[in-house]
Amino acid sequence: MNKLYIFLKYFFIVVWTVFVVAPFLWALTTSFKDFQSVNGGVTYIPWVDFEPNLEGWKVLIKSPAKGGVDIIEPYFNSLFVTCTASLISIILGTLSAYALSRYTFKAGFVKNNDITFFFISQRIMPPIVLSIPFFLFLSSINLLDSLTGLIVVYIVLLMPIAVWIMVDFFNKVPREIDETALIDGCNPYQAFLKVVLPNSIPGLIVAGMFCIIFGWIDFFFAFILTFTEVQLLPVKIVALNSSVTPWWSLSASALVSVAPLIIVAFIVERYLSKGNLSGAIK
Amino acid sequence: MDLVANNLSYKPDDQYHLNEVSFNFKEGNLYTILGRTLSGKTTLLKTIAGLLTPDSGEIEFDGKNFLKIPVWERNVAMVYQQFINYPHLNVFENIAFPLKQRKIDQSIIKEKVMDALKSVGLLGYENRKIQELSGGQQQRVSLARSLVKNAKILLLDEPLVNLDYKLREQLREEFKNLFSKGLADETILIYSTTDPRETMELNGEVIVLDEGKVLQVGPAKEIFENPNSLKVAEISNDPPMNIIEAKISDNQIRFEGIDVEAPQHLSKLTEDGLKIGLRSSDIELNENGHEFEVELAEISGSETLLHLKRGDTKIIVSIEEVLNFKIHDKVKINFKIDRAYAFHADGKLASSPFGGLNG
Repeated sequence: MNKLYIFLKYFFIVVWTVFVVAPFLWALTTSFKDFQSVNGGVTYIPWVDFEPNLEGWKVLIKSPAKGGVDIIEPYFNSLFVTCTASLISIILGTLSAYALSRYTFKAGFVKNNDITFFFISQRIMPPIVLSIPFFLFLSSINLLDSLTGLIVVYIVLLMPIAVWIMVDFFNKVPREIDETALIDGCNPYQAFLKVVLPNSIPGLIVAGMFCIIFGWIDFFFAFILTFTEVQLLPVKIVALNSSVTPWWSLSASALVSVAPLIIVAFIVERYLSKGNLSGAIK
Repeated sequence: MDLVANNLSYKPDDQYHLNEVSFNFKEGNLYTILGRTLSGKTTLLKTIAGLLTPDSGEIEFDGKNFLKIPVWERNVAMVYQQFINYPHLNVFENIAFPLKQRKIDQSIIKEKVMDALKSVGLLGYENRKIQELSGGQQQRVSLARSLVKNAKILLLDEPLVNLDYKLREQLREEFKNLFSKGLADETILIYSTTDPRETMELNGEVIVLDEGKVLQVGPAKEIFENPNSLKVAEISNDPPMNIIEAKISDNQIRFEGIDVEAPQHLSKLTEDGLKIGLRSSDIELNENGHEFEVELAEISGSETLLHLKRGDTKIIVSIEEVLNFKIHDKVKINFKIDRAYAFHADGKLASSPFGGLNG
């Protein structure tokens, strides 16, 4: 029984690993192929099955004048916009969420839950609905086709996620902990910074992860709100497509665009395995 | 330095949590707030701490208007019934927290924390995580954290209620020792509880609270001996005092076909609607007594609680040994009637065996 269990466990782990790793392996080998190798049947082992070349990767850094699509600048644009917008969203979102969790607001029939719902409702609308007001808004303040404009829009999109996750998280932290901090001589700001926040790190990590993911993968708004001055990675990658599907450069760009998310996932996983996400609050 | 409250009221919804509560607490004393759940005990303690602002009324401490001072400047300490500590800090850091907040020198902090750990019996635990401790140990940490501050007002909100029976007994004993050691002569200690036994053991000044209203104030002994109303008699006894509707005439207490000779302190009460109160411990099994039927027998610790019935009268008898009864068994009991109380129809005390309102 026990041996069977161990066998099954490892069997499924192996199957799952193959399932997860195979697409990456496929993308990695494809990125080193050329037209002949891609169309020459299923091949995986370089130098044996096919002759590897760097053409797929070179396209990504060559300037358009030389027939490439230079993704280096869009890549850093994307990193900058995503990180800045996520950071600001987390800070503003966490503060709003704490207020919504601990204080009672009332303006006519609008109460705490309505305000929380207002934040979430920003994500209910299809992007196309939001794109028109965003476009007009950014054009009226002269921020179309700029990094700042994109950051502003992304904050609007990401902050609801942070608020939503953190309200729920703060509601699970006993109010008595804040009260004890006040009794122990903290003013409300110190109670938040010294006691509530350190106990909310797991929630902050989850919220941060979602913000980074949603910011990084956005194509729609990056496409609508930028033209020539500023470009983000997802939009630039689409420019790769032409009459002949360039599988090699598409694979290479897929790998570089997924890389930051993998790094984030590994950091979070490290933190998880230290046991820091569980048991903070009983 | 006295803590004086005048007509504190707090009514956040359609019910009073505090209803015209007044008191005068003097330094160096222990005050016990006795009341059932939802009687307003926690609200009162939070109001004293400054976590709640009353709708009306005043609190003065040391001659200063306490309501104008924010919580973090009041120098109070509070222990909650849930074991509240800072989960991200270890035991030492938890206890040191209020001292660090005051920017006290590191070496003094260390000395004080160690003293506090010693007094709650947790020496050697200073580097443990809070989550690794048992409930009783967690509660000791929060007690140590409140002791270390030398607060002028120490609030304990049902600190033992979430502990198991044995730990409760043990910790209650330690509390008593801590308090009697003269914790600090300038400290006002306020302890809230639902447990009459705890109240009597702590032996401080008792405030009986019900539905936000103060029903009676007095030393524990006085509350026990002369409860001023039926409600106080119920709240201050566990199991609650037995209440029997009876009539007194011709020097006899009559109910359910039983005649008992009235003791002197009850003999003159002949009004209608009189209620006789008798503690469950003042009824005993007796071969020659009156017959009752067993409705339920529960064994709690080393005593047996018998729920008995005769006609419409239901009573509870506690017996100091473990006995087995079956439901519907017949038992014979005797009343220690000279220890009976009498209450008027409106619930006010009419007469007590200890001399309250005689006749």
